[in-house]
Amino acid sequence: MSTRESTVTSSLQRAPSRLDYEMVVGLEVHVQLLTRTKAFCRCSTEFGAPPNVQVCPVCLGLPGALPVLNEHVVDLAIRAALALDCRVHLVSVFARKNYFYPDLPKGYQISQYDRPLATAGRLTIEGDRGDAPASVGITRLHIEEDAGKSVHDRFPTLTAIDLNRAGVPLIEIVSEPDIRSSRAAGAYLRSLKQLLEFLEVSDVSMEEGSLRVDANISARRVGASQLGTKTEVKNLNSFSAVERALDAEFARQCGILDAGQRVIQQTMLWDGVTASVRPARIKEESHDYRYFPEPDLPPLVLELDRVETIRRELPELPAKRRARYRETLGLSPYDADVLTATKALGDYFEEVVRHHRDAKAAAKWVMGEVRAALDASKIDIADFPVRAADLGELLDLVRDDVLSGTAAKRVFAVMAQTGERASQIAQREGLAQVRDDSALRGWIDQVVAEHPKEIARYAGGEQKLLGVLVGFVMKKSSGRADPKRVNQLLVERLGA
Amino acid sequence: MTHAGRAQPTGGAAAIAEAIARGARSPQQIVDDTFARAHEARAGADGLNAFLWSDERVVRDQAAALEKRLASGDAGPLSGVPVVVKDNIATLDSPTTCGSRILENYRSPFEATAISRLRDAGAVVVAKTNLDEFAMGSSTEYSAFGRTKHPLDARLVPGGSSGGSAAAVAAGITPIGLGSETGGSVRQPAAFCGIVGVKPTYGRVSRYGLVAFASSLDQIGVLGATVDDAALALQTIAGPDPQDATTRDVPVPDYRQALTSLDGVVIGRPREYYPEQLDREIAERCDRALEHCRALGATVRDVSLPSTDLAIPVYYIIAPAEASSNLARFDGVRYGLRVADDGLRAMYEATRSRGFGPEVSRRILLGTYVLSAGYYDAYYAKAMQVRSLISRDFTAVFSSGIDVLFTPTTPTPAFAAGSKTDPYDMYLSDVFTVTANLAGIPALSLPIGRVRGLPVGGQILAPHFAEQRMFGVAQALERALGSEADR
Amino acid sequence: MSISLDEVRHVASLARLGIGDERARIMATELTSILEHMQVLSKVDTSEVDAATALAQPGMRLRRDQGPPIQLVRPPASFAPTLRDGFFLVPRLATHEDPEPAP
Repeated sequence: MSTRESTVTSSLQRAPSRLDYEMVVGLEVHVQLLTRTKAFCRCSTEFGAPPNVQVCPVCLGLPGALPVLNEHVVDLAIRAALALDCRVHLVSVFARKNYFYPDLPKGYQISQYDRPLATAGRLTIEGDRGDAPASVGITRLHIEEDAGKSVHDRFPTLTAIDLNRAGVPLIEIVSEPDIRSSRAAGAYLRSLKQLLEFLEVSDVSMEEGSLRVDANISARRVGASQLGTKTEVKNLNSFSAVERALDAEFARQCGILDAGQRVIQQTMLWDGVTASVRPARIKEESHDYRYFPEPDLPPLVLELDRVETIRRELPELPAKRRARYRETLGLSPYDADVLTATKALGDYFEEVVRHHRDAKAAAKWVMGEVRAALDASKIDIADFPVRAADLGELLDLVRDDVLSGTAAKRVFAVMAQTGERASQIAQREGLAQVRDDSALRGWIDQVVAEHPKEIARYAGGEQKLLGVLVGFVMKKSSGRADPKRVNQLLVERLGA
Repeated sequence: MTHAGRAQPTGGAAAIAEAIARGARSPQQIVDDTFARAHEARAGADGLNAFLWSDERVVRDQAAALEKRLASGDAGPLSGVPVVVKDNIATLDSPTTCGSRILENYRSPFEATAISRLRDAGAVVVAKTNLDEFAMGSSTEYSAFGRTKHPLDARLVPGGSSGGSAAAVAAGITPIGLGSETGGSVRQPAAFCGIVGVKPTYGRVSRYGLVAFASSLDQIGVLGATVDDAALALQTIAGPDPQDATTRDVPVPDYRQALTSLDGVVIGRPREYYPEQLDREIAERCDRALEHCRALGATVRDVSLPSTDLAIPVYYIIAPAEASSNLARFDGVRYGLRVADDGLRAMYEATRSRGFGPEVSRRILLGTYVLSAGYYDAYYAKAMQVRSLISRDFTAVFSSGIDVLFTPTTPTPAFAAGSKTDPYDMYLSDVFTVTANLAGIPALSLPIGRVRGLPVGGQILAPHFAEQRMFGVAQALERALGSEADR
Repeated sequence: MSISLDEVRHVASLARLGIGDERARIMATELTSILEHMQVLSKVDTSEVDAATALAQPGMRLRRDQGPPIQLVRPPASFAPTLRDGFFLVPRLATHEDPEPAP
């Protein structure tokens, strides 16, 4: 009985729905490593140079040039592999992946094939998992070099080649096909990005091209154990594009299967403009990469010592840090999530806590004022003029009632501009909290005189107006009055 | 007729350097003599066609620079020594064509480590020499720029692929030449031309700047008028190089130490290299050489290297496979020949079909085939495995008390140009040399006599990094043979 | 084990060697004949060989993550077939952004 027949029959009986199928997704992520020099030559990896200036015989593929591997590439790759719980192989082998493309100078890419650096890992999915599994398997992680850049629209009828990026080191991370929904794919990518960022192995920015994603997706009937034919989806330039493309391709594949036909193995491209997938136009002939071990590089043999040292020196990973913020510092799950979003933010927060000790207060300020200030000036926390210790000092002043909350915010604003210390600013601007009773009484008197209605209503029993009255006094004092003392004095003055 | 032996009007390399250091001769004088000899031997296209490039002005500039150095007291071990360089080794002041149209006008913007080391030692590069295109061949007939002629008989080939350098040294133009070895391309032409040719241990000499043919086999090799010339040259260029990850961190000892006796030296005579059908006269010359060794105190033992007959098939899978990948960079995009056509793909194909000669195309096709899906396991992977069996044969023999092996270098003397029309027939001329490349061991060929008027070579094979021992035995044999080597 | 004309064409395509039919036919014959000689390898027992570690060498030597880079004595302009604004140029490649060719 042909599949076609049975499906046609069933389609007459009822409309098959996508709920009958599940998507099976594996993601391949390429990550540019943060090294000063390229993978196989000493050219700089810095951005922004004019074309073909950061090049040398090696990355130009000139006759007679030879690759020499950058040790930092190995260390960063090991770091990533260990953090992904992979098995790091003490002996791994580089291989040539042979194909012709103008931005591939040697006519082959140096990569790893059947003996990669690491295999069999696992990524824990962090934060709001949605329907994602708790963890996704990592099939392998290997080292390779990047190609150069082809620019198609600068000159008519020509493609312009810039080899500045040729030879930049990459790691390729391949997941097991454990992902079952587009949201899960997004969650995986976000967790992976966060982890790699914490490790400081890469800038992991899709916008800048230091993180690239290709997806492999197939569809099968729910409950089936065999995998369907997969297609590869490329040209994904954001996490949301990944999610939308997967949904679109899944729908396409389901449509094909519903019609009783076979999914053809091919490369699909995501078109963000039309929000659709279509087959890669460039006839991708069967790529026979003719992999063979790279004869210019002996096997990479790692000392166990080196691997263990890197393991020992791994920074605290996001999951661990989040747990610690919750259990040891008593933060809420939400706060812990926000503060562990990037390593830098958490590092900053902890430095504030080291100074000020009250984690909750520190959390509130970092999540609030600090992040707002960073957003407003569009800078990284690394460039933030307010040093963590100085924020800690500011919080001390608030705790010790030297500054009111309002005043503190004003001081902070100045600190964010000038980088000055809190006490300096408070001193200079006379923002120190006023607790002198006579001064406070002076303002209270003014407020009482100026707001007879509210006084009367308060006296008439509207206790809630006390807060408003305190507010008036605060305003009178330009925020400098100690609101707690004002409250006490007001109550005394007006009677309970 | 000038005897294409090793009489050097300029003297041996060491003698030249010493005379220069002493002030007895000047670099410009050496250049004078060299060019005079080159003119006399007709090294250029109208004669031997050994030289692809030789610019007197550029060479004299080098000599002038050297004179300045010498004036400030800086004299290197090769001061003023003229050398010729095979045209697949990158030099800054001259083209590097690899004997191919695809690089016909290419000037490398960087120089090979071996060349830098020669220059640092004071050597003067006087010419880039002819070769089989991309070093693929055994006769120098596959050059895009015409074949090189044997200095003794213009109808014959000088061997290949380093035929130009071999002919130049044999014609007495320079005492030293650089060549390259992948399957015997220095030793075989040395044997054909009656000079010394050395392939170092794989990883002994930097390949940085040597245009790659088969990366796991290639080594820069040296040709010398005498063993001492070759030893001095290798001494200068050998040693680890941070630019080549396949070089080994092994110290370079003194290769010029002559052995006065061969007492205690055990020489293996592998039976597979003396087959029934080996040319009788060549076999005789080898046996005569071994007699000299015995007379010097050596013991000769019969040994076996059972995987020898697998060497040619293994070599002709591995070498073309690696070559097909190494030559992919010649695509007309960044350097070299570009043949414009309709679209990128057409440009690639037109450039490569116009730029590569038939032997190179043949090997690229063969290499691509044996790496391709479905064939990789049966061919390339299998060949790499068998290669290790060949390597093991040598390891076993060298760890059973054998110090060096002695074999004929080639099955025949120089053959006539145009006489080998079947490619595989050409490949068979490498039968005694390829094993050393496959195993990575060092090997040296020196002239051991004449057969029917033409030079033949005897080959000394040694364990990895045992060049000192290899040179020692070669020196002793060379001295013992004396003028017999030219008879 | 003979190589067919189609296989020669396929391999020539992989290698971007534009060879005409005439030459492809000759190649098919020559390569078949050469490969004949390789058949002997299939009979060799290599069960105890691990090719990857067979060419016994110590592990790869790594280099520091620092410059200076290798200097080009002459810039790309001196050897590039064509260069504009510093870019190497090739005939334009079709990309996925291009409009569909008319059916």
